[in-house]
Amino acid sequence: MKQAISINVNGVDYPGEVEPRMLLVHYLRDVLGLTGTHVGCETSICGACTILIDGQAVKSCTMFAVQADGSNVTTIEGLAANGNLHPVQEGFWECHGLQCGYCTPGMIMTSTQIIDRNPDPSREEIRHGLEGNLCRCTGYQHIVEAVEYAAKKASA
Amino acid sequence: MADKYVGKRVKRTEDPRLIKGLAHYVDDIGLPGTLHVAFVRSMYAHARITGIDTSEALKVPGVVAVYTGKDIATKIGPVPCAAALPDLKVPDYRVLATDKVLFVGHPIAAVVATDKYAARDAAEILYPGVELEELPAVVSIIDGVPTTPVIHEHFGDNIAYKLTSGEGDIEAAMKAADRIVKQKMIHQRLAPIAMEPRGVLARYFPGEEELTVWSSTQIPHLLRTQLALMIGIPENKLRVITPEVGGGFGSKLNVYAEEALLGWISMQLGKPVKWIESRRENVAATIHGRAQVGTVEVGIKNDGTITGLRYNVVADLGAYHQLLTPAIPTLTGLMLSGAYKIPAIQMNVTGVFTNKMSTDAYRGAGRPEATYVVERVMDVIARELNLDPIEVRRKNFPKADEFPFHTATGLDYDSGDYEAALKKALDLSGYQKLREEQKKARDNGKLIGIGLSSYVEICALGPSQAMPAGGWESATVRIEPTGKVTVLTGASPHGQGQETSFAQIAADEVGVDLNDVTVIHGDTGIVQYGIGTFGSRATAVGGTAVLIAIHKLKEKAAKIAAHMMQCDASRLSFEAGCYSKQEAAAAAVTGKSEPVVPVGEGPAGALNEVPTPTNGRNKITIQEIALAAHIAKELPPDTEPGLSATYFFEPKNFTFPFGTHICVVEIDKDTGETKIIKYVAVDDCGKVINPLLVDGQVHGGIVQSIGQALYEEVVYDEQGQLVTGELMDYALPRASQMPWFDTDRTETPSPVNPLGVKGVGEAGTIGATPAIVNAVVDALSPYGVKHLDMPVRPEAVWRIIRAPEG
Repeated sequence: MKQAISINVNGVDYPGEVEPRMLLVHYLRDVLGLTGTHVGCETSICGACTILIDGQAVKSCTMFAVQADGSNVTTIEGLAANGNLHPVQEGFWECHGLQCGYCTPGMIMTSTQIIDRNPDPSREEIRHGLEGNLCRCTGYQHIVEAVEYAAKKASA
Repeated sequence: MADKYVGKRVKRTEDPRLIKGLAHYVDDIGLPGTLHVAFVRSMYAHARITGIDTSEALKVPGVVAVYTGKDIATKIGPVPCAAALPDLKVPDYRVLATDKVLFVGHPIAAVVATDKYAARDAAEILYPGVELEELPAVVSIIDGVPTTPVIHEHFGDNIAYKLTSGEGDIEAAMKAADRIVKQKMIHQRLAPIAMEPRGVLARYFPGEEELTVWSSTQIPHLLRTQLALMIGIPENKLRVITPEVGGGFGSKLNVYAEEALLGWISMQLGKPVKWIESRRENVAATIHGRAQVGTVEVGIKNDGTITGLRYNVVADLGAYHQLLTPAIPTLTGLMLSGAYKIPAIQMNVTGVFTNKMSTDAYRGAGRPEATYVVERVMDVIARELNLDPIEVRRKNFPKADEFPFHTATGLDYDSGDYEAALKKALDLSGYQKLREEQKKARDNGKLIGIGLSSYVEICALGPSQAMPAGGWESATVRIEPTGKVTVLTGASPHGQGQETSFAQIAADEVGVDLNDVTVIHGDTGIVQYGIGTFGSRATAVGGTAVLIAIHKLKEKAAKIAAHMMQCDASRLSFEAGCYSKQEAAAAAVTGKSEPVVPVGEGPAGALNEVPTPTNGRNKITIQEIALAAHIAKELPPDTEPGLSATYFFEPKNFTFPFGTHICVVEIDKDTGETKIIKYVAVDDCGKVINPLLVDGQVHGGIVQSIGQALYEEVVYDEQGQLVTGELMDYALPRASQMPWFDTDRTETPSPVNPLGVKGVGEAGTIGATPAIVNAVVDALSPYGVKHLDMPVRPEAVWRIIRAPEG
């Protein structure tokens, strides 16, 4: 039996009806058409599906859509404000923080939380913050530099 | 011509869509009415199928069809193997299992439903309907070739092939040695784990009789050819599109059962069908890499000179041959000379069938194994002779003036200066100081180890003679009527950044702004036939094709320019996208009689055509020429309209990048954990198009090496059960475990292509693994450790530290 939910995604209210077992990431991708959030492991290990729920980085592959009822969700598509890249997006571009790009939306969402919590993180703190996100291409160094860039830019 | 873009740290042009979440991977493409496929896969490593009851699955709401091996056995051809080896046994690899399942994850049935949840439900419901009679499994190759049971009964044994390669008199070489060093080494099975699992979307148009297959692949054109043969559709009615591909590392350099099956199902049902691989499927049923167990014997003189090298190895091929499975160990044989002069080399390889997923090309593909064997054994030799590992390496390096350098593995290394890279790495790391610090640390009870690796790799694959299906690459470059430059490349990059690096090459050669260039790839309906991206070949081979296509295009543009400016083409100079008529008198005054002319044109001639206002313009841009070429009112006689050129570049040789990596580790005595505290990489990949991208490739490659050295292993238990079937169990390197990399380069251009590039995609993965293991062994040398097998897990190290002395 379907259940009525309403989730605000990237500033827009989306009322809808979903099967209780539908994963949040599938709701975002298949129902709302926001395919920027990716599925990489289905077990909360890789972080490709990371989004923000009420400002907290959450892995959307292991959460049901019904659990997000009434919350405010930000996905990668909602990060750039008025067409301007978020400092983290800018950092990833400037520092070559991505190659194949598949982990990137999750990496970027996690990184926004890292600098939200700590405006001036050390490299070690950045690496610790990225522990829940896997990248198979970059070796992480350029991602660490991207977050450093973003932190500087955001506090400038 | 001055390079505005080539050699510069240009930000990637592909990034904006990726960082905004607007790019399209296969699963991001939605077609109305798409049906979803889920597979029923074997949970046993080896079992006989005695019956399949699909009736319960067909009752699940939303289920449209269920296909089993019997349904397709005569309809879809076998999964192809392109490796041609003498007396190779090739099993019949059907896209769904027919009478036996041979590995965990072997597909048994495909369920098609209106949504993916229903498809998965039905697959789960179907599984109990599959009657399986479990058989003993062939799993380990640690103790040699497993004899029973025989997996493919009609072959009589589990040996797929035996091959001996190498040159020189190995017996004499061993006799000439003062001593023989011998070491058994295990190259564990690895999973490539591209972050985007595989995925296929297929749509058949019954009216047009056309099939489009979107697949996350590295080889769209080769896949098209193979799928056409497997499904029996004319190749010119089949289009393969590779949208964004979320990493490959060789795992998508293949033709998979699911790709053919999805295409075929779409043709049966007349609807789009989609399958997106789960991570569990990805670990079980996407190719693995490495999986060799071998013993290396090296004949040495007492001064460290190597007289000969023999490598006897068993390669675990898995149950079937995927596209290149049996060929991968042969690449190991090619690279056993490493960076050294070794007069005689012999490899004896036995490829064996096991009840596991196939091994195939994982980043490096056979070459990391060779580099590991050579670079690990160099340290074993150093220890044996009580020499510094650097001294042993230097003793056997060919000198820079000895290139092209012929190896006893039958290769001709194109160019190199191994000493220069070694020296730079030693300087950058402060090697002597590191050794002093190590001594102090040891005196204080700390376990510090220093390891190095001076590697050579074989790249830019390759001449067609050495490849199963063509070693060239193609490019078409055209200038559109509005002056925009379109580059179509047959290479199919998937994260390497060739949309940017090829645009850099094109923008400089055509003399336009980078933003005026678009690079298109990965669509057989748009792009001329190509080979693909693997073997560190895309820039060296595909980039060269772009360069030469532009040269051809400019020959034509110059003729049109000359016609439009009413002068001889030899009097034109080309700079920054603009053809100018040379002032003959001015040239004489400056004494420079040779104006810059594009390739393919003659030098400035003796025509003394003095420009006058009536001659019209003295300058015209190539973009204006493009418009004129399309309008075709002002063309020279016998000139084809349009401005486009295609070139298929066939390299004459491979390229051989090289370098030295130095790794410093500290081992925690309480936990046995290895921490990399310093890492220096000096790589020589020839000319560099974009240093930013090269750094990225090097970093990523090293991290995959660290994964092999310290963390990763695909583990099957004695029954052949896959116990590392998810990312919860398969240990990928994480940000917090990785060190900072200090990278630098030497630059020895390759003479094999006019760009001088060698390739860098696999350097880190090939060069780094032995440096890390050498460092760990060095750290533990006070405990008498001479060798450790990968992955060097904390437990093994902890046991060594805790073992009672003596």
